[in-house]
Amino acid sequence: MEEIISIKNLSYGYPGGTVALNDVSLDILRGESIALLGPNGAGKSTLLLHLNGVLSGKGSIEVFGRNIREKKRSELIKEIGVVFQHPDDQLFMPTIFDDVAFGPINMGLDRGEVERRVSSALEKVGLSGYENRYPHQLSLGEKKKAALATILSMDPEIIVLDEPTANLDPKSRRDLVGVMRDLKERGKTVIISTHDVSLVPGLADRVYVLDRKIIAEGTPKEIFLNTELLKKANLEIPPITYLFEVLSCFGYNCSSLPLSMDEAVKYLTDSIETEGGHIHLHLHEHTHEDLRRLKEKYGHH
Amino acid sequence: MQHDLSNKYGDVKSIIHGIDPRIKTLSLIFFIFLVVSTPADEGSRFSTYFLLISSVVILSRVPLSFVFRRSLTVIPFVLLVFLSLPFIQGGEVMASYDLRFLQLNVTHRGLETLIGVFAKSYLSVLSMIVLTSTTPFPRLIRGFESLKMPKIMVLTISFMCRYMTVLVDETMRMKRARDLRSSGGNRRWHIETVGDIIGNLFIRSYGRGERIYNAMLSRGFTGSIKTLDDFKIRALDGIFAAFFIAAAVVVRFI
Repeated sequence: MEEIISIKNLSYGYPGGTVALNDVSLDILRGESIALLGPNGAGKSTLLLHLNGVLSGKGSIEVFGRNIREKKRSELIKEIGVVFQHPDDQLFMPTIFDDVAFGPINMGLDRGEVERRVSSALEKVGLSGYENRYPHQLSLGEKKKAALATILSMDPEIIVLDEPTANLDPKSRRDLVGVMRDLKERGKTVIISTHDVSLVPGLADRVYVLDRKIIAEGTPKEIFLNTELLKKANLEIPPITYLFEVLSCFGYNCSSLPLSMDEAVKYLTDSIETEGGHIHLHLHEHTHEDLRRLKEKYGHH
Repeated sequence: MQHDLSNKYGDVKSIIHGIDPRIKTLSLIFFIFLVVSTPADEGSRFSTYFLLISSVVILSRVPLSFVFRRSLTVIPFVLLVFLSLPFIQGGEVMASYDLRFLQLNVTHRGLETLIGVFAKSYLSVLSMIVLTSTTPFPRLIRGFESLKMPKIMVLTISFMCRYMTVLVDETMRMKRARDLRSSGGNRRWHIETVGDIIGNLFIRSYGRGERIYNAMLSRGFTGSIKTLDDFKIRALDGIFAAFFIAAAVVVRFI
């Protein structure tokens, strides 16, 4: 597959001396969805701000095979859309319609096309009929969706989301995950920065773990089953995975740990079927010792 | 959080709400111009102006109590003039107060000027209330824009109306955080923390401004905000403008 983004040796320090990125290199293929995983202050947002040319550090960033320094911004924004973490920063126009129309109008589209794109973007995020609302009337979940719509209306090939699920209630979170899945299914390249580990397995094909520099790269499975790595990066495994490790201390036999609810259901079904209609758990003298070691492994005391 | 900064009656349906914002703005500014240029001693004209603008208020179906409450904002500004004017102008002395070191004379002309100033400012404020409470902010701003108001002013007003609520929320949160941690303390200390809050708000707003600008750049901002202009002047707009302006001109000159 074609490389859509290629970052080589990117370093960036904020004025005042804080090093935010140190020699970061990564490649993203067309249609992939990538999770950028890292703790607070790991430089995730800084990296994303480089993708559309807002910040520019040392090193090279190629998008669609050409260095972004050689590209005009008008060209770049058609390729990459960045949804910022705080929707109040992204929604700056008086009404939702004006905000979602802002990008398309700047792209020089005609009136009919602008209107068509606004209503289709709002429909995709489930906010049809919100055209004349004011941003301050919206809940945080609705604001996050509206912020995403302001990018969808520009129809970029690559969509970048900074902490899309931070501070959301369960319903808004589910809705947004749904929208991101749709984007992935329609072949968009999606890049998500997050420290919400349960978001990753269902959405990302590949994970980069970032803590100022790239610490690791791999499939969600490779990353989440690497305990040393998680500890080093101050990250956790998804709760469902942890539960299955606990189950294995009680004698549940699984060759591989599930990362999501869907996988858990599948694994449970498989092992019940192969073991003759039930699973067997027991309490041995070594169970407590195993549990203690498990807690230690993930730093729970 | 809840606040009363929103344009509560902006979406009421009425003839006045439906008028093109540009026509409305121009008519009302013209009206203010006429009012201000009326000589202060022609009191009857001011009452007729008042009738004229009041009929617009009634047509707009915005509750009178709301308009009245808003119009009270003029009071502090007029108050200063109110207190000084009767004394400073020369002319026929009506009453005289002898303060130990100062002789104050209330003059007939001074009093007239005072009434004139009050009437002019009140009528002007009233017409601006009509404009702002019958036009949703976004339409008003777009109206200003297509009337060729300087871009920087349009942007300033637009961002002000968007971020006023955000800033008020932020201030409230900081105030609450302070109150929850300050049961005692003396007055001086309380006043000092107000200063800290203001400073903090400034720094936060500065950061926010930076982030907003980034968001604008990311969506192709090149120095001017463009919106879809959907204004069409209809017959009704023309009729309103013609009637209103004609009536005001009649009151002014005849």
